[in-house]
Amino acid sequence: MKLLDSTDSGNSSSIERTQYPYVTGTSVIGIKYKDGILMAADMGASYGSTLRYKSVERVKPVGKHSLIGASGEISDFQEILRSLDELILYDNMWDDGNSLGPKEVHNYLTRMMYNRRNKFDPLWNSLVLGGVKNGQKYLGMVSMIGVHFEDNHVATGFGNHLARPILRDEWHENLTFEDGVKLLEKCMRVLLYRDRSAVNKLQIAKITEEGVTVSQPYALKTFWNFNAFQNPTAGAEGSW
Amino acid sequence: MTKQHQNWSPYDNNGGTCVAIAGADYCVVAADTRAVGCISPFTGAVRQKLGMLRVISHLGMFGGELSRADKSLMASSGFQADVRALQKVLAARHLIYQHQHNKQMSCPAMAQLLSNTLYYKRFFPYYAFNVLGGLDTEGKGCVFTYDAVGSYERVGYSSQGSGATLITPFLDNQLKSPSPLLLPAKDAVTPLSESEAIDLVKTCFASATERDIYTGDKLEIVVINADGIRREYMELRKD
Repeated sequence: MKLLDSTDSGNSSSIERTQYPYVTGTSVIGIKYKDGILMAADMGASYGSTLRYKSVERVKPVGKHSLIGASGEISDFQEILRSLDELILYDNMWDDGNSLGPKEVHNYLTRMMYNRRNKFDPLWNSLVLGGVKNGQKYLGMVSMIGVHFEDNHVATGFGNHLARPILRDEWHENLTFEDGVKLLEKCMRVLLYRDRSAVNKLQIAKITEEGVTVSQPYALKTFWNFNAFQNPTAGAEGSW
Repeated sequence: MTKQHQNWSPYDNNGGTCVAIAGADYCVVAADTRAVGCISPFTGAVRQKLGMLRVISHLGMFGGELSRADKSLMASSGFQADVRALQKVLAARHLIYQHQHNKQMSCPAMAQLLSNTLYYKRFFPYYAFNVLGGLDTEGKGCVFTYDAVGSYERVGYSSQGSGATLITPFLDNQLKSPSPLLLPAKDAVTPLSESEAIDLVKTCFASATERDIYTGDKLEIVVINADGIRREYMELRKD
């Protein structure tokens, strides 16, 4: 996706930049719970409106204390993962016993996204970053143009419309792991029903003081036999 | 075939309202804490209350430490990412100033720096609408008001941001500051006492919140006077 090279001399009119995404992933949801952060994303990646890939991991661990989830251009996400890997590696090479926490990684991502929008060559993603370090839970988001914030629960894309209202109603500080997973599954099920680019294959990732676990892919139970699903045009029949 | 893909804009308007009032020996700067966002690249206009917090001290984020030495306060609205970048640049420049001169920058100096910083990006502007308040070198209250590219003016009071259209005429009516065209020039500071000014600010925001969807959640008020600097909050409508 990255065709721009800043050292490319002269001839700036011939420089091409990504002006729209090709392969995109849909919503990611993240919540704080009693012991840390939970994040959920399905594994679909669309080529326009075609569901092209069905086993794409969109939630990944970053270093020891953080978890990143991405929606938007998959190739840009992979580029972001590459540079985060490099960041963590170079930080590790100091060998001073310090390591970057979620707050630092979130800040780094924010600067990276904002810097690229300044070059008119954005990374086409909405990112969710969560983690735990020194008993501090952290959950934040960054958009493709560098807008960023922290919250107790966050969602990207369609999740903003469909999952956030549920989370505002039902989220509380002392969610157990089981209740947290149930809440995320409730949100993912709504998204599955209403978001055409969502697929029924998802992963839930957990991060606590002990470390990261990303679940095996699994499917949600669905029920499609509601009348309105089976006969969607009833009550809105056209003349033909 | 018509175009199938979405386009993008480097800007977003996250809304927010700021007000500043200068008195004889104090300055009140206030901003609401709501930010509304179009935060998704793939769904058109997501209007969402982020419950995100607007900034006041030019050195810290919302709710950040206030220092007794602080001389100026900036309240901003507009595009959140630009606002944060602008605050970062000012904080860095101010740190350099402190190292070079061993003192805090005065409010009028900070006002000029803010103007220059905004104008530096004249052809790719910071989409940020600011008011700067504090005490001048004589200890008098001062307010500076800006546009996005750095034009600025010293005034007695000002409002910027999404609720400015509702608040400015109300302040004009209440404060009746003398025309800047009068000769000899009359002082623009307001005749109100400190507590009256704070009450006026609260009324302004309570009213703006009724009609402006981009304003609400919570109000942060910072007051600076000879005794130092303090902060208070007021709850606003959350819908």
